[in-house]
Amino acid sequence: MSLINPGFGLVIWMTIALIVVLYVLGKYAWKPIMNALKEREDSIEESLRAADKAREEMKDLQFDNEKLLREAKDDRDAILREARKIKEKILDEAKDKANIEAGIIVESAKERIQNEKRAAIIEIKNSIATISIEIAEKILREEFKDKKKQAVYIEKMLKETRLN
Amino acid sequence: MSDKSGVIKTFAICGLLLLFTFFVPATFTGQHHEDNPVISEEDQHEMAEADFNAGEMIMEHIADSYEWHIITIGETHITIPLPVILYDESEWHVFMSSKFHHGHNTFKGYFISHDDINAGKIVRKDADGNEIRPYLDISITKNVLAIFMSMFLMMFVFISVARAYTRRKDHAPKGLQSFVEPIIIFIRDDIAKASIGEKKYEKYLPFLLTIFFFILINNVLGIIPFFPGGANVTGNIGVTGVLAVFTFIITTFSGNKNYWTHIVNAPGVPWWLKFPVPLMPVVELMGVFTKPFVLMVRLFANITAGHIIILGFISLIFIFGEMSTGLGFGVSVISVGFSIFMDFLELLVAFIQAYVFTLLSALYFGMATEEAHH
Repeated sequence: MSLINPGFGLVIWMTIALIVVLYVLGKYAWKPIMNALKEREDSIEESLRAADKAREEMKDLQFDNEKLLREAKDDRDAILREARKIKEKILDEAKDKANIEAGIIVESAKERIQNEKRAAIIEIKNSIATISIEIAEKILREEFKDKKKQAVYIEKMLKETRLN
Repeated sequence: MSDKSGVIKTFAICGLLLLFTFFVPATFTGQHHEDNPVISEEDQHEMAEADFNAGEMIMEHIADSYEWHIITIGETHITIPLPVILYDESEWHVFMSSKFHHGHNTFKGYFISHDDINAGKIVRKDADGNEIRPYLDISITKNVLAIFMSMFLMMFVFISVARAYTRRKDHAPKGLQSFVEPIIIFIRDDIAKASIGEKKYEKYLPFLLTIFFFILINNVLGIIPFFPGGANVTGNIGVTGVLAVFTFIITTFSGNKNYWTHIVNAPGVPWWLKFPVPLMPVVELMGVFTKPFVLMVRLFANITAGHIIILGFISLIFIFGEMSTGLGFGVSVISVGFSIFMDFLELLVAFIQAYVFTLLSALYFGMATEEAHH
């Protein structure tokens, strides 16, 4: 029966001890411990959030970098394309010019050849004429060695001329 | 890994120490009353009766005492005498319990009763020869000393831990700090926050932490069978009663309008249960008192029952040992095995009961402060 018969003195001492300990621990132990735990949790949370933010920023930065890179690539491509176009244009122009030049040169060459040809023909003609006259002179000289024949021929010529 | 093996080591040590204590009751029984100078008739009667009384031995170990028995070697009791403080017949009596010579002597008319009702308590004989208790008995008994020691232990541990927190701000916990921190966080998050709610839990946390560690420390110390353990503090109905009364007072004083409305006029209950016979209010009002009562009984009964079972197993050794020495040794193997098993179980119960008491207290606080929700 003594088991379920609480001792009065024990109850008194227990109550006093519990009140004292509640007060002492509440003031000097639980409060600082709880504050420290809360502070630490807050700081951990803050750190995590900061890390998250940094990661986000990093991602943004990376994205920006990629964008910049892509833009630069595009620019480079565009410039290259432009350069190629210009090159082609220049080449085309040069070709055209060269063609025209060549045409002019050929033309003038043809003209000169024509002129030379004409000069040559004239010279040939002159030479033939001279040679013909020489030949005719020689023939005539041969023909008219004989005086009589000469006289006959002149007579004949004269007659013909009168008729005209 | 390392803390696991540490726990196992602790278990092993506890088991070994328990083994030692088996021999204490043996010497007890042999010379129980021989060294006392004044033997009452009652004692002589008892001596003739039986050498070993299991029930008496168990009760002696569970009940509070005016001295702290450590060991008995041969015929010498080694005990720590504790101060007896009595207020009787408008007079203070303060003396050491060693004056009673282990309960066999009468000092200033006071002696330790062997009667059923007042067994183990200081009494005196009144004019009619009946044993009566002194008007006030606020002696520092074994349990009171154990309470003081555990309270000092708690203050020492937690104030030093608190100092570690302020000294090593924002650092990872270390040593003792890292041992108690998970428990503190568990009580805060899984007991207080879960039961009371995010907004109001902070006010109750100091109480919950204090009772949890007080119950836990005393449960564990109660398993250890020798000084500074061995006092059955949490298996004492006075101690559990005080704890329960604190929970009751805090619950009652923090009860809000919603709480009292639920008691007096519970919503959602048919009107004929409240009027003309106020059945529900009566039941609810009874609930207010049964809750702390159940808290008190649960802790007391769990811890005491565990101790009784272990002591019962150990008693078996001596009961059989009285029949024949060989039988006693034979039974001791089984008894020790069961006792070790029970010790493990008690260690588990030590944690569970500390948890349950704290959790239920938190739940009651939560009920008292709950806002009406519809």
